[in-house]
Amino acid sequence: MPQAPMHATTDVLVIGSGGAGMYAAIEATRGGAQVLLADRSLIGRGGATVMAQMTVAVALGAETPDHWTHHYNDTIAAGRGLTDPALARLLCEQGPDCIRAMDEWGVGWARKDDHITQAIAPGHDRPRCVYVDFLNTGPAVSKTLRTVVNKIGAIRRVGDLCVVDLLRNGDDVIGAIAMHLGSGAPVVIHAKATVIATGGLTRLYRRNSASANMGGDGYALALRAGASLIDMEFVQFFPIGHLAPRLIGMDPIMWDPFRYKLGGRLINNRGEEFTQRYGVIEDGKYVVTRDVGAYAIMKEVEAGRGSPHGGVYLSFQHVPADKLRAAFGPVIDRLTANGIDLTETPIEVAPIAHYHMGGIAVDTTMSTGLPGLYACGEAVGGANGANRLSGNAITEALVFGREAGRSASAHAAKLATAPDGGDNAQAVLDLIAADTPTRDINTAELLQSLQATMQDDVGPLRSDEKLARAIAKIDDLTGALGDLPPGGIGGFDMRRLDWLDLRNMLLVGRVVAQAAHARTETRGAQNREDFPQTSPEWAVNQFVSWRDDKITLTRKARQTPVAAAS
Amino acid sequence: MTETATLTIWRGKDAAQGRWESYSVPFEPGQSVLDGLRWIRVNRDPTLAIRFSCINANACKECMVEIDGETTYACTARLRAGEMKLAPLSNKKLLRHLVTEIAPPAERFA
Repeated sequence: MPQAPMHATTDVLVIGSGGAGMYAAIEATRGGAQVLLADRSLIGRGGATVMAQMTVAVALGAETPDHWTHHYNDTIAAGRGLTDPALARLLCEQGPDCIRAMDEWGVGWARKDDHITQAIAPGHDRPRCVYVDFLNTGPAVSKTLRTVVNKIGAIRRVGDLCVVDLLRNGDDVIGAIAMHLGSGAPVVIHAKATVIATGGLTRLYRRNSASANMGGDGYALALRAGASLIDMEFVQFFPIGHLAPRLIGMDPIMWDPFRYKLGGRLINNRGEEFTQRYGVIEDGKYVVTRDVGAYAIMKEVEAGRGSPHGGVYLSFQHVPADKLRAAFGPVIDRLTANGIDLTETPIEVAPIAHYHMGGIAVDTTMSTGLPGLYACGEAVGGANGANRLSGNAITEALVFGREAGRSASAHAAKLATAPDGGDNAQAVLDLIAADTPTRDINTAELLQSLQATMQDDVGPLRSDEKLARAIAKIDDLTGALGDLPPGGIGGFDMRRLDWLDLRNMLLVGRVVAQAAHARTETRGAQNREDFPQTSPEWAVNQFVSWRDDKITLTRKARQTPVAAAS
Repeated sequence: MTETATLTIWRGKDAAQGRWESYSVPFEPGQSVLDGLRWIRVNRDPTLAIRFSCINANACKECMVEIDGETTYACTARLRAGEMKLAPLSNKKLLRHLVTEIAPPAERFA
């Protein structure tokens, strides 16, 4: 007996409660909107924001004189010719305002001599990155925004809602249909405007640095509703994700702040530093950018110069214990509890899926082009081109979140009455109501299999052979998944949840693989072993659309962004 | 040097009706209980209900369970050889297996 759908109506529906979603919700209420802030997990605790450990890039000029145009130029340079100049400008120009707002809300940016501290990070021309000690940037940002959100009566917060599809009336997006995890019941949400703030797709990879709810669902929701995606081939691998020894209670990207503060040495199994072989001399400083770093490590491993677990070594053995303690305080004790003494032994690191440059195509108002549908944060593509500058993700989340909240509330204010119905409502409700307790598939195994394929064949080193194999494997997995979810219609039926996740992950994985396959060159985060050169002909963005189960890629030339005058 | 933990897990939709089930889980020293639960879902039984978001960072706080009677996080508790008894939080409403209603009341739809 299918459960009767529950209903909600709101001005603005925000899907996802990381930094971008919470900022969007706050800003939408300033425009007078009632907001429903929904999350697949707990409000303000899932997603990527809470995992960010260190830097937020912003031209505050607190440490040394700076101007947003310098930040913009570094962002454009990092993007390897594909950055959307208007989105990059928005990020860099508005960043200081959002960072100051966070400061007023009490986030606690690290300070020194009465000014906010700004650290230098790879790819920046000067110290520009603010942070919260120790390794606490993301948790502090999440907590600060949560506190603001909790005080606003016009925001209704609902966790444990897994959005299955957006609700459409013709081209208009009029809300979404979700599954309530606790009961398994469908929830129909009618909204005058909808904001996708679901983050990226790192869960598609076996080695990833983000929350398990980052399965690319926002991209799949947008595609199925008729919106376009951009730059989907560009997945950023964080070069020095923790590999061994096994470390618990800490995120695998934790070594980045150590490198910002102390440099550190990246060495292979012969004890040699090696980044100079790939064009970057480190000399005790942390200067290697993410695309070059990930490539260099993979090539060292491939050449037989890797560490026992398949990465390279990161060593702080040359740094005295008191300096380590001064830079990292209590984190040193957590390492000791894990049996790691940095003065004695190096640790092993390897590239780990970290961030998605690609995403939903939007203009500077965060409109997707579909009336009523907006997107923000990592869910959006374009601002970071083919390779993201370190520190830009949280800035992007805050700035784009604010913009999306504004646009969504303005759109909602123009509509006199709440939307009703929905062309696809019955089809989505039928999917959620399908009761197939005897259907026998191991969804957890399918999911692991997809992650292995993406890591091995759509990872940091790609080729025609690998990508063709990945696409064939994704076809097989899609066939094995079938058309109806397994399991019963009750709460927390795990196979049903996996199935709904896989429905999105397989679609998005296919998009990434096809876009990577089509791009026969090496640029930014895309390394094609069979096409090792960057080709001027490929100074184009690939846009992705979807109709009747068919993915279409189209190319548009990117105008070379003119460096802004400073 | 793989060792074996025996995870004995409560499987029920409420605290009264259900059963204990044991799973042998191979592990390398240093691995977490959550690693073991995820291994069970892939290799033994995908229907086992657990919840977590951040996997390893102890940031999301969703994986809290009772291990041998003590409330702790599955992502920071380490697997060890021998039996470990895993039960859902006894002070929260049970939804399924190790999953309880942990969202603050103001953040629930129903």
